Amino acid sequence: MTSTNQAARNRTGSALPGYLLRRLGTSVILLVGVTLVTFILTAIVPGDPISAALGEGAIQNPATVEAYRERYGMDRSLPERYWLYLMTLLQGDLGTSIRTSRPVLEELSIALPATVEVAVAAVIVSLAVALVMGTIAAYRAGKLSDQIVRVLSLIGLSVPTFWLAIMTYRLFFMELGWAPGSGRLSPALNPPPRITGLYLVDFALDGDHVGFIDAAAHLVLPVLVLSLFTIGLLTRFIRTSVLEVLSSDYIRAAKAKGLPTRRVVLNYLLRGASLPILTMLGIAFGALLSGTVLVEAIFAWPGLGTYAYYAAINLDLPAVMGVGLVVGIIYVVINLTVDLLYGVLDPRVRLR
Amino acid sequence: MNAATSVGRTADAKLARRSRRRLPAAWRSPLAVIGLTIAAAWFLAAILAPWIAPHDPLAQDLPRLTPPGEAAVLGTDALGRDVLSRLLHGAGVTIPLAGMLVLCAMVLGTLIGAVGGYVGGWVDEILGRLTDLFMAFPTVILAMVIAASLGPSLFNAVLAGIIVTWPIYARVTRSLVLGLRSQNYVIASRMLGYSSWRSLGTDILPNIMGPVLVLASLEIGTAILLLTGLSFLGLGAQPPTPEWGSMISGAMQNIDAWWLGVFPGLAILTIVMAFNFVGDSLRDVLDPLSSAERQGAGAAAPAVSSDDSAADPVTTRVDGTDDQEATR
Amino acid sequence: MSAVLSIDDLGVELGPKHARRKVVRGVSLDLTAGKIQGLAGESGSGKTVTAMAVLGLLPQSAEATGSIRLGDTELIGLGQRALGKIRGMRVAMIFQDPSASLHPQITIGSQLTDHVRHHMKLKRKEARERAVELLTRVRVPDPEHALRRYPHQFSGGQRQRIAIAMALACDPEVLLADEPTTALDVTVQAGILHLLRDLVQERDLAVLLVTHDLGVMSSIADDVAVMRHGQIVESGTRQQMFTAPQHPYTRELLEAMPDAQESDVL
Repeated sequence: MTSTNQAARNRTGSALPGYLLRRLGTSVILLVGVTLVTFILTAIVPGDPISAALGEGAIQNPATVEAYRERYGMDRSLPERYWLYLMTLLQGDLGTSIRTSRPVLEELSIALPATVEVAVAAVIVSLAVALVMGTIAAYRAGKLSDQIVRVLSLIGLSVPTFWLAIMTYRLFFMELGWAPGSGRLSPALNPPPRITGLYLVDFALDGDHVGFIDAAAHLVLPVLVLSLFTIGLLTRFIRTSVLEVLSSDYIRAAKAKGLPTRRVVLNYLLRGASLPILTMLGIAFGALLSGTVLVEAIFAWPGLGTYAYYAAINLDLPAVMGVGLVVGIIYVVINLTVDLLYGVLDPRVRLR
Repeated sequence: MNAATSVGRTADAKLARRSRRRLPAAWRSPLAVIGLTIAAAWFLAAILAPWIAPHDPLAQDLPRLTPPGEAAVLGTDALGRDVLSRLLHGAGVTIPLAGMLVLCAMVLGTLIGAVGGYVGGWVDEILGRLTDLFMAFPTVILAMVIAASLGPSLFNAVLAGIIVTWPIYARVTRSLVLGLRSQNYVIASRMLGYSSWRSLGTDILPNIMGPVLVLASLEIGTAILLLTGLSFLGLGAQPPTPEWGSMISGAMQNIDAWWLGVFPGLAILTIVMAFNFVGDSLRDVLDPLSSAERQGAGAAAPAVSSDDSAADPVTTRVDGTDDQEATR
Repeated sequence: MSAVLSIDDLGVELGPKHARRKVVRGVSLDLTAGKIQGLAGESGSGKTVTAMAVLGLLPQSAEATGSIRLGDTELIGLGQRALGKIRGMRVAMIFQDPSASLHPQITIGSQLTDHVRHHMKLKRKEARERAVELLTRVRVPDPEHALRRYPHQFSGGQRQRIAIAMALACDPEVLLADEPTTALDVTVQAGILHLLRDLVQERDLAVLLVTHDLGVMSSIADDVAVMRHGQIVESGTRQQMFTAPQHPYTRELLEAMPDAQESDVL
């Protein structure tokens, strides 16, 4: 006991910059790995991006094909091409999309915020619902309400997202007209001045109420659909974490102090369960990104998922590489955020 | 690595031992019974489809876009095919492929995880990094890229599914193996001169099969969702294969014919739910902390009764979510 | 002298429907102000359950019968709201392992004052002053600074002192101490026991000291009861129990205790 204490005390002199540097190093290695995997998966394959990109007629013309191959470096060997990609990447250039002939970086900088907006909103909604459901289930473990929560969250995990998207689109947009069904904004409105790329934030910063409400309305259905799976995932996990904390001595001690239940739950219980929940949130965010591919397609949401889809089916190598890189960066950022928040939430953790 | 991880390791070993003893208890849970019943019904549908389906799933000989009714119980699609027949035949497409996907991913992932955890050192380091790398991709995006580049087909969709799902088995297996490796009987058999590979086969693999199988049962649902999702995107089953995901995709073109989308979706929902019910009940048995029955009594203050009925603190969940070490 | 808290014919049943067990049977005890009532027994004997029953902190599935009276109030069957006014306020508790009973992510100051502010309706500043006073009393060094720190920054002994301060913060009449020294180093134990002894006299506390450690018992308990299989097999003054035990089980326990004769330190 005493020795752990000593160690804890020695650690309090936190070396955050050193920690960040080391994290940066491992992150770069991971990102290079991500580009390599993406490259291998897309470049070594039987599919022919040229026939995907050029029309029937153009393929008949050897000169066109040759020019095309040269333009995208396809006349070189694979290691050479990968090396070339890395070198241009170092200059901050993600290449040009074969499909649209526009810089990949530019396209991603529009698609990414759209996805981040819907994913963050879904995480917030899911967390709020799952916290309530999971805590109730843990408190009433073994009771009927626990069983109901369990079945509900398992169903949430079982619904095919793309199907749910179509169903809500049909019901809430086409039949009932309660919420807009496609895009980020009504056609009549102009996008907000671009600051963060997140419409809600940008409209708020611009002080545009009409735009803000319209953008929020457009978020409703995608967020609803995306949240269901995440709610199921988080509820199960929060129940377990809360149950674990419920049996801890410090909860008994808090109750023995005569604190009202509400305060025990908010101050002691949820704080105690916050660390595993935080870890799970990171994972849930990854799952959400997966979900966006299918959901964005249906709600015509111009995000990363839609972009990845068109990049993939057109074998648009620079675009696919760009998506892989962005996805890898998101992963790195999420993990780093989770780690830093760990340090904030748990005084015992000192990042080294 | 922090202290919690080492607790997790010994707990893994306990988990592994418990798995062999307590599996039958899962079959008593109503959830498991419901799940098994639904799954069995779909299995039967898959096997018997050629005999019980009212029509040929490919024949385009019925009036087009007929709503559910006497002519066709679940209606017909835009090409005049019987939706019910396609649904029943679809079970025979999706379920076996999902099973194959899970089996291959499980074998691959378990081997990689077991070897990494057992051999340790740089081998473990490399395999671990590889696992991390693949986990960095959101599954659907990676699967989509793979399926697209291999060319759209059901076989390639399964291949893509295997490539994106093996890491979870590797992670769980690795942490289970690390827990077991330090156990006495493994050390003993090594000292007796058995080769380490033999010990891996005789002592370790049988002991981790329980948790890995539970994970697999939970992953079948994921596999079905992934396969139908890829088919929905046009990257899996190709027309005219009666596959649920592509049926829903086809329904998008005739959005007013509600029956085209509703029924295949319900089919996916029910079969995935069935597997999730079963998997979750199995996990309950292996993981006492998520078990309602054991905790029900003690939720408020189990420590009071802990004198002789303390539940082992199992840190590792079978779903492999524990391994995210935020403080590395 | 009249009892502050009297437990009469307490019975507790635990467990799920198909496996219910009676873990406490016919337990009767009187706690008197300024005195320490020891409750000894092996783990599983039901002594902790008895203490928990007083605070109404039994698991949801548990059922308590008999009577536990605090002054004029019957605690068994009392509603949560009424119990909330008794817990921490009139009956406080200290737990076995202070590293587990203090919340690792909450500052000492906050843990020491939240119930004080709730029960006694004190302002933040008043509660803090009170906390500093208490920490000084239990001899935690640099109390002002300690309030801003977290449990892991203290030693085990200091943590238990903090837990004691927390328990005494609202001037309770009854203190339940569940193995208060078991998790501590032997060298630290004596100091904690000494502190407890002093506080009991100073504040006229009625204490229920639950422990399996007869050494601890013999050093500070005034009266001792021995539990086995949920029942009290023998009770009496410390003197009687340690010099002339009647029940064979008590004798067995005493014989198992190392240095039974010399441990009467205080």
